[in-house]
Amino acid sequence: MPKVVTDVTCPFCGTLCDDLEVTVSDDNKKILSVRNACAIGAEKFNHTSLPGRVTRPRKRQPDGTFKEISYDEAIDWTANMLVNSKKTLMYGWASTSCQAMSVGHEIAEKVGGVVDNCATVCHGSSLIAIQDVGIPSCTLGEVKNRADRVIFWGCNPAHAHPRHMSRYSIFPRGFFTVKGHKGRKIYCVDCRYTDTARVADEFIQVQQGHDYELLDAFRTAARGEELPATIGGVPKEKIYKIVEELKQGRFGVIFFGMGLTHTLGRNHNIDIAISFTRDMNDYTKFSIIAMRGHWNVTGSGQVLSWQYGFPYAVDLSRRNKARYQTGETTSVDLLVRNEVEACFNIATDPGAHFPIDSVISMSKKPTVTVDPHINMSTEISDIHIPVAMVGVETGGCAYRMDNVPIETRKVVDAPDGMLTDVELLTKINARVDQLMGAK
Amino acid sequence: MITCRSIKQGVGMEAGKTSQKYFDACSIIEMHADDFKKLGIWKNTNVKVTSSVGSVIVKAVETRQDLYPGLGHIPMGPWANRIVPAYTFSTGEPCFKGFPVTVEVAMNEPIMSAVDVVKDACGLLRK
Amino acid sequence: MSEYIIRNGHVFDPVQGIKGDKKDIAVKDGKIVETSALSASATQIDAKGKSVMAGAMEIHAHVAGPKVNLGRWYRPEDKLFDSHKTPGMTRIEGGKSIPTVFKTGYSYARMGYTFAMEAAMPPLYARHVHEEIHDTPIIDEAALPVFGNNWFMLEYLKNHEIENNAAYVAWVLNQTKGYGIKIVNPGGTEAWAWGLNCLTVNDPVPYFEITPAEIIKGLIETNEYLGLPHSIHIHGNNLGNPGNYNVTLDTLKLVEGYKAKNNFGRKQVMHATHVQFHAYGGDNWGNFESKAKEIMDYVNKEKSITMDTGNVTLDETTTMTADGPFEHHLGGLNHLKWANVDVELETAAGVVPYIYSPSISVCAIQWAIGLELALYAKDPMRCFITTDHPNAGPFTRYPRVIKWLMSAKAREAQINAFKHKDKVLSQTNIGTLDREITLYELAAMTRAGPAASLGLSKDYGGLKPGMNADIAVYDINPDKMPSDPEEIEKAFSGVAYLFKDGKICVKDGVVVDNGNKRTFWVDAKVKENKQVMHDVREKFLKYYSVNEGNYPVPDSYAPHPYVIAVDATQ
Repeated sequence: MPKVVTDVTCPFCGTLCDDLEVTVSDDNKKILSVRNACAIGAEKFNHTSLPGRVTRPRKRQPDGTFKEISYDEAIDWTANMLVNSKKTLMYGWASTSCQAMSVGHEIAEKVGGVVDNCATVCHGSSLIAIQDVGIPSCTLGEVKNRADRVIFWGCNPAHAHPRHMSRYSIFPRGFFTVKGHKGRKIYCVDCRYTDTARVADEFIQVQQGHDYELLDAFRTAARGEELPATIGGVPKEKIYKIVEELKQGRFGVIFFGMGLTHTLGRNHNIDIAISFTRDMNDYTKFSIIAMRGHWNVTGSGQVLSWQYGFPYAVDLSRRNKARYQTGETTSVDLLVRNEVEACFNIATDPGAHFPIDSVISMSKKPTVTVDPHINMSTEISDIHIPVAMVGVETGGCAYRMDNVPIETRKVVDAPDGMLTDVELLTKINARVDQLMGAK
Repeated sequence: MITCRSIKQGVGMEAGKTSQKYFDACSIIEMHADDFKKLGIWKNTNVKVTSSVGSVIVKAVETRQDLYPGLGHIPMGPWANRIVPAYTFSTGEPCFKGFPVTVEVAMNEPIMSAVDVVKDACGLLRK
Repeated sequence: MSEYIIRNGHVFDPVQGIKGDKKDIAVKDGKIVETSALSASATQIDAKGKSVMAGAMEIHAHVAGPKVNLGRWYRPEDKLFDSHKTPGMTRIEGGKSIPTVFKTGYSYARMGYTFAMEAAMPPLYARHVHEEIHDTPIIDEAALPVFGNNWFMLEYLKNHEIENNAAYVAWVLNQTKGYGIKIVNPGGTEAWAWGLNCLTVNDPVPYFEITPAEIIKGLIETNEYLGLPHSIHIHGNNLGNPGNYNVTLDTLKLVEGYKAKNNFGRKQVMHATHVQFHAYGGDNWGNFESKAKEIMDYVNKEKSITMDTGNVTLDETTTMTADGPFEHHLGGLNHLKWANVDVELETAAGVVPYIYSPSISVCAIQWAIGLELALYAKDPMRCFITTDHPNAGPFTRYPRVIKWLMSAKAREAQINAFKHKDKVLSQTNIGTLDREITLYELAAMTRAGPAASLGLSKDYGGLKPGMNADIAVYDINPDKMPSDPEEIEKAFSGVAYLFKDGKICVKDGVVVDNGNKRTFWVDAKVKENKQVMHDVREKFLKYYSVNEGNYPVPDSYAPHPYVIAVDATQ
């Protein structure tokens, strides 16, 4: 009889929906169906049983093809690479469990690695901004229960966090928000008329790259001061009107994403958004939340912070101190300037998601990629080590975009003989100890 | 040029980065109708997009998430990142959004697969 | 397991009334035993000319959890010149005011501490607190879930449903592996979700229409109904504002008429925390003055209260508390980066850096107030030393606080160094106090007293045979007390020996073993309560953003638990 596993946490995006129900075959090996997930989450669970799944490590041969090797060989090669390299980039972590990250950090401290996670190309700008100006924020349940003014600035949850609007930000009927959608005013600021804008009450089209000026204009309008006729393509009357409406609300929240973190200004776009939020607290209650992309990039930030004091780009290469300086210890910069000797990717795909110059640099160095599936990084790595899918075939702690920790569960068995991240990293750690002891 | 997530890109990614779904979702450029006219490009034909970093061949498509003339969008992935400048302004964040590109007709040029577009740039593609 | 005999040390143990006599302490299998129980192969530890006390117990510090971690990563500057590897069995450590978990464990151990209570755990984030506790080496830890602004509690206590509230509290302690009932700014933090506050014990909470006084009394009754090892642990309303001492007295007086009911030897019904922040007179920062004497007059008289000081250490530090509105206010005062997180149905937290500069009269007066509280205390078993780490200063400054308490000369030197010395002397009584805390009193204030307040006096806080072998040996000789107070600070900065569960973990200030730290939590059993379970189910379905099935903290997060079972099913 197939069984239904409830309260399953979806391991895709920072929304971290934990109400999935997965029907699993009797022998615990196959996922039969998924309920409550969005299209992307469903695809993730359904994909586990597709044919063509890589179940053993592969090593790139001189002729460019890949040959299957044993886990022990892969572990030995990896450990040797780590021990021989003075400074290894250990990047990724955003799609694995906190327990795995802990083991990884131990290794990095021993061999001299730079531990960086996906925030470096995502909400890194936000983290820098928060380090400058702080952040008035709240959990997603507060938005659900209290928010009557919701602004999506430079983010597109309809595509990137599909169930966000129905679970937290637009549609739910909460304790003080029994009218749901009708009791809220929704604003969307973007350079494109996105599918999220379609659901908003008001769409503000900003010229690409002009978010900083527009946020500055919002702050100016909040103080009742003068504005020029248009800012970033938005007429001042619209700005005054919206700010007034925001002030009339009881609880406002701004959600923001890559439209602010990736564009010109980077962290300054966010620090002015945060400053606007802080200003608004003089009139009514206002909060701001970063739409974290990966389901556990926040978790990586948390574990790095409690162990070393920094949320990403942590340089442990001197082995006796932790250093953090964006631009110096961040992955893309390290690769482009050729400042690392080897690369260890885990739970990520920089091959597809880093700019090509850094990927070219990575391809010229000894590289190991740990990932359940074939991706662009695996194809330019020396070794590809597949592992069980966290959140599907093995559990572990994850942190949602508002930093709430939720456990992911094991729903099905991993393919026979496949290691989990924790097991793999533990074995690599042991082999590193042996090699370093032998020196 | 901006490079962003899309639901099809997400689904494609989970289906597998070497899948047809992923190829269809990410090896495209979305532009405003006026730009199609101005550049003499027919919908659903291949174009060459060039930035300070290099060039990539993708398919030009219409989108319902309206852009404005002059603004193009390639969903995040290896085709987009083939031309994203790596400069981070010391923030660690490359120029994923907001970099200038030129777009020209390339109807007869093939789009490389996800793996090939990366390997080619790295000099690992055996012809 | 190992046997040790700690020979010829000067023992300070308020549990047995030993005031510095030379006595041998015997350790076997993790426990303190009679010396006669040891075999001839016991390892000899020479404690001649040294002081021997039980391991110190930190009753209130913010060392593990979401707001602590937020403080860490949003202040990379806190690691400037402070990220390093010290000799011994250590990982990289760092952070001046908010140490990383490794530094936290090592630093406490190096100062002779064997236990720390995480002062405030938001139940929704309990998993995070336990992940950090798990990664903190050597010291045992526990965490107090916050209840003072919890929606379930507000509704039950509005209707005075103590039995239901008790069932709910027991459920939360079980789900979050929590230790007791923490109350922070009762009612005010729920008001803060709308940008408001409750500044006196009689200000009603918006919508819920219950007052802080009713919340506090209801939680005292709940705590005694359950018979928990610790009493309610309260951070009162109106923290940090001139003139707030009246609200503090109103809060303290709520204990009148209640008696402690428990099987753990606990005598108090309220633990008032970081009282320094609540002992302010005047009505503005200009005429700001100390009301420590008025507060201690009441505390000395009312035996059902324990308290801790919250001493200001005159450092740059980071404030962090579940008193959300206060942090907003502080950020408005000093214009440093303000972080805030409101937590659905439960609480909130705020973080703001702060510099307690000796050149600022207000900071100097705060410093004096913290010390006055301890110097006025008649019963050192009811007044404990803390810095409300990191709010009034980093816990790594305990040796300095001890120096000030034990040496009037050191206090005088600090007072003379203040830019506004005259104001400090006129607005406080510090200049009139020449009391010097003795080593025996210190043992009460940092060991025996906190253990008793936490309901752990059977096994912790003393050196009686049968108790756990958590022992600190300091390089300080009561027969030859140093004339230079700096030597006091030095002696308490690095133990000669730290025994944790009978294992030597620190020797001469160097970590030699990471021990086997445990997570303490309280499992209170109540009668089945269908109403409360229904309410829990309903609130999770309708208002929480996580599923009920994902709320509890699994056992894997506390792999070495010390569970205190409480039976409240009568």
